[in-house]
Formats: sequence, C-alpha cells, structure tokens
Amino acid sequence: MVRVGAVVLAIGTSGVAALAYLLAWGFLPASGAEGTQARGPRRSRRRGSWRIAGGVALLALSVLLAFREAGIWWSDALVWPLTLASFGVALLWGLSRPGVSSETVDLAPRERADSGRAVPAAIEPDPGEAARRFSRAGFGIALVLGAALLFLWANGVLDAAGDTALAALVVAVALALISAPFWWGLVRRLTVERSARIRSQERAEVAAHLHDSVLQTLALVQRRSDDPGEVAKLARRQERELRSWLAGDEQPRPSERLADALRGAATEVEETHGAIVEAVVVGDAALDRRYDALVQAAREALTNGAKFAADGGPIRLYAEIDEAGARVWVDDRGPGFDPASVPADRRGVRESIIGRMQRHGGTAELRGGPEGGTEVELSMGSNGR
Amino acid sequence: MTGGTPSVVIVDDHAIFRAGVRAELGDMVEVLGEADNVDDAVRAIAELEPDVVLLDVHMPGGGGVEVLEQVAKLRPQQRFLALSVSDDAADVIAVVRAGARGYVTKTITGPDLADAVTRVRDGDAVFSPRLAGFVLDAFAGEIPAEEIDPELDQLTPREKEVLRYIARGYLYKEIALRLTISAKTVEAHVSSVLRKLQLSNRHELSRWAVNRRLVD
Repeated sequence: MVRVGAVVLAIGTSGVAALAYLLAWGFLPASGAEGTQARGPRRSRRRGSWRIAGGVALLALSVLLAFREAGIWWSDALVWPLTLASFGVALLWGLSRPGVSSETVDLAPRERADSGRAVPAAIEPDPGEAARRFSRAGFGIALVLGAALLFLWANGVLDAAGDTALAALVVAVALALISAPFWWGLVRRLTVERSARIRSQERAEVAAHLHDSVLQTLALVQRRSDDPGEVAKLARRQERELRSWLAGDEQPRPSERLADALRGAATEVEETHGAIVEAVVVGDAALDRRYDALVQAAREALTNGAKFAADGGPIRLYAEIDEAGARVWVDDRGPGFDPASVPADRRGVRESIIGRMQRHGGTAELRGGPEGGTEVELSMGSNGR
Repeated sequence: MTGGTPSVVIVDDHAIFRAGVRAELGDMVEVLGEADNVDDAVRAIAELEPDVVLLDVHMPGGGGVEVLEQVAKLRPQQRFLALSVSDDAADVIAVVRAGARGYVTKTITGPDLADAVTRVRDGDAVFSPRLAGFVLDAFAGEIPAEEIDPELDQLTPREKEVLRYIARGYLYKEIALRLTISAKTVEAHVSSVLRKLQLSNRHELSRWAVNRRLVD
C-alpha cells in the first residue's frame, strides 16, 4: 500500500515514469525466476503471483507515462483503466500458466522411515489453494471489468448507455447472488473431501505400522510359544514400542535428559537380563557429568536387582528430580542382604555404586527392605549446589 | 458392605479381556455381569447394584468417563475401579477426576486385582505406582500463592511421603511399617490425596484432564 501511495504521489509531480518503472523492475524479477520458484515454498509463490501482477501494472503505468511525456498521447482518461486492466489480466494469466497452476505437485510421496514402505500421498490440488486461486480469478475479472467500465465512463460513452449499463450491472450482481450458494457449496465439498483423504491416509499409516510391529511380534510369539521367558520378553518389548508410538511422544533423548536416561537404563537392564523393571520418574533435568554418574550407579543397582532378585517380582526404579537435585530409589523384593557383611562378589557393587556416587559428590545407601529385598537410595545435588 | 466376597460388573468392549478378568478373579470376586458398551453398562450397573464396577477407560461412545458420569446420576454411591492398558497421565487423571476410586493397569495379577477390588469396595483408594508418580508430578512445582487453596492444591509432607513409597511399589502395610503409623492412617492419607486429585483446580490436573487423548 505504501508503494502504491508513493506512486500516486509521484504521478502528480510528473517525470515519474522512471520511478514507476523502477518499482516495476523491483517487483518483476520474481517473474523471471518463476521457473525455479515453482519448487519453493507455496506461500512465497502465492505472494509471487500478486507481486508479478502488481509489477505488470506498474510497468504498464510507466510505459503509459513515458508515452505521455513523449507527447504520443490522446487522453489522460486511459491511464487508470489501462493500469487496472493490466493488473487484472496479469493475475488471470498467472493462473493459467503451468508453473503456477501445478503448484501442489511437490507433495512428494512420503517415505516411511521405520518400515521402508512408501505410502504415496495423494497428488491432488489442495482445496484451500483452489479457493485462493478462485478468489484471485474473481479479483482479476472484477479488475478488468471495472477498468472497462471506468474507461467507458471517463469517455462519456456510459452516459448514453447508462440505462443499459445499469441493467447489466444489476443482472451481474443478481447472478453473483444466485450462484453464491453453489460456489460456497463447492468450497465446502472440497474441504470435506480433503479431510476424508487425510483420514484414509492416516488409516493406511496405522495399518502399515501395526503390520510391521504388532503382527510381526505375534508371529514370533506363536513360533516361540514353548519358551515363556522369551514370549514375555517379546510381549514387553512390543508393548513398550506400541505405547510410545500411540502416545506420540517426542523421541526420548537419553544422552541429554536425565529422565530419559534413567528410563533408558531401566529398559536396557530389562532387555539384557530378562527381568521386569518398572520405572517411574518425576521431574526432569539436563544431563551433565554428575547426573551421568547417577545414571550409571542406578543402572548398576538395577542390574544387581535383575541378577539376584528377579524372582521376587518387578525391580522398581523411582526417581524424583527438581532444581535442588535428584534422588533415585531402586527397590527389589529378592532375598536381600546385610550391607554390613557384603559378600566378596558384591564388592563391585560397593565400588560401582557407592564409590561412583561419592566421587561425584553424591551419596548412596544400601539397606534391606521392610520385608526382605534390597533398597538402594542414590542422591545427587544439582550442579548449582 | 464390608466383609465377604465383593461383587463386580465388568465393563469392557473386548470380550477376550472380560473372559480373562473373569478367569483371573476366579472365586475371589463374584462377577454379577458384563457389559461392552456405555448404555448396557449403565443399565447393568443400575440393575445389578455391584459393590464395584471394573471399568475400562477406553470404550466406544465416550469411554469410561461417560459411564462414570451417567451412573453418578442414578447411583451416586457406586464405586469404580478403572482398568486400562494405557498409563497415559491424561487418561489416568481424567478417569480419577470423573470419580473412579482407583486406577490399575491391565497387567495386574488376579490376586492383586481381587485385593484392589476389595479395597475399593471398603472405600479406600487404590493407587498404582505410576498413578502415585503422576500425582507427585502434578502437585510438584510452585503455583502463585494467591491461587493456592491449601486444602486442595497442596499435598502435606506426609502425603508426599506416602505417595513416594507407593511409587516405589510398597504395599500399604509396608508403608505403615516404615513410617511407624497404622495401615488405617496410610489409607486415610491416600484417600485424602484422592480427594485433592478430584477437587483441586491445579493447572496441571486440569490440563491433563482437558487434553485427554482417546486411543480408540
């Protein structure tokens, strides 16, 4: 709008064809680059067609003004109608150009990374885009018609044909009103069709996922039905996988977040040792060197639980993380042991849990549970303390 | 109401699962009936008047929350225990806020489920370790002092301690032993947490209840 205003002002002062031309030139490189732009983001292309039309209009204006300066001139009444008409025509032409009309082609088939299957996306024009094209076409037509009327009116022809023109205008408005519901219905139908297409696409994706994961696991389970341990492990792994898929969580980042690292350690121990590990983590913090030591110690405690106490029920990890620090409890319901008389084979535990925590400024406590079992309490202040 | 074999109605849209629960419960619990959709469930509950309804969270036609809301009008004293394969925080919080007195996941063993049913029948709350974790998470974090309703928006240190032990997999009697309080007191703390969970306006709880995603 600012530019248009500037042009209007400039016209009054004459000798401004150059300015209008410069502006047009500023707009128009987009038209030269149209071929490559068709592959760019859709939004910029849409703006592009308006800009091209604007550029064409300004170019026409500058040419007209140039003619006027040069004295090859017949009537000032031509300037605005011709400028408006060129704007409208440029808009309409832009619509029929192949580079612009196939704007949605770059909806390439999406590759499903996890299965290697390609689910082809429907290559059809987006109805939202269709509606925008439609409004652009309407605007272009209105501009051209308006320009014609303006020209006729400015030349006095309209006075004679006044009644006819009025009648034509009324008929046009009436036609527009009559056909409005049809256009509206068309847009609505396109929207409905589009959401239906998206739904069926999603269904196909869900089916593909279930096929690749759950059905495969069920087939494995049937083949291994004589090995309950293996079946339980398979079911558990599949459950975890499906659960995270359904929850649509963002990918865990065990190398960056403490909560993810602890859950990852639980999963790892579960898969390595075949024991069931239940992890409940409250809060989260960024993983640093000291929290990394905490994760290692927790992993060691879980591993010990899985080795010595897997028959007593699930090994449980509970972690509470806040600004002040993190506390982790690992409980098992195994035979338990007396920390005062740590057997020789548990020396590793001492070193890898208690020693590791102390070296990083944390604490570790091992004690017997209330009714047998072992509990390990790990505590590490955050870096700020 | 107390004592004897508790009676239940099983509401779940999966026939395999209903048969499984029946088999697991054996004669520890009397199964009065089953239902596989919201309307049948409401009708069966009103007619059979079970001690406890075992309620699936995800069902066509509005899910467990819908059953909870409709039955609340007909039979406000009805007790519910929610069963789900999901342990999504949003599901758990939504069903508890709609009135369930407990929440267990479907991997629970028969005896544990029978025990949970009995406790819900007797008016106690049943928290799984994961639910305890969610509650601690939801009540963690500061909220502006002027918005705090101390009655509902905060857990007492003792309640937090009890929840922490539940999250670690302790049974009520083990918690009682640890904290040298009676098992009844532990139950009182958990019931109080359940009340806060249902009535508090804490932002986290509302957010979870609103953003509830249905899997089916």
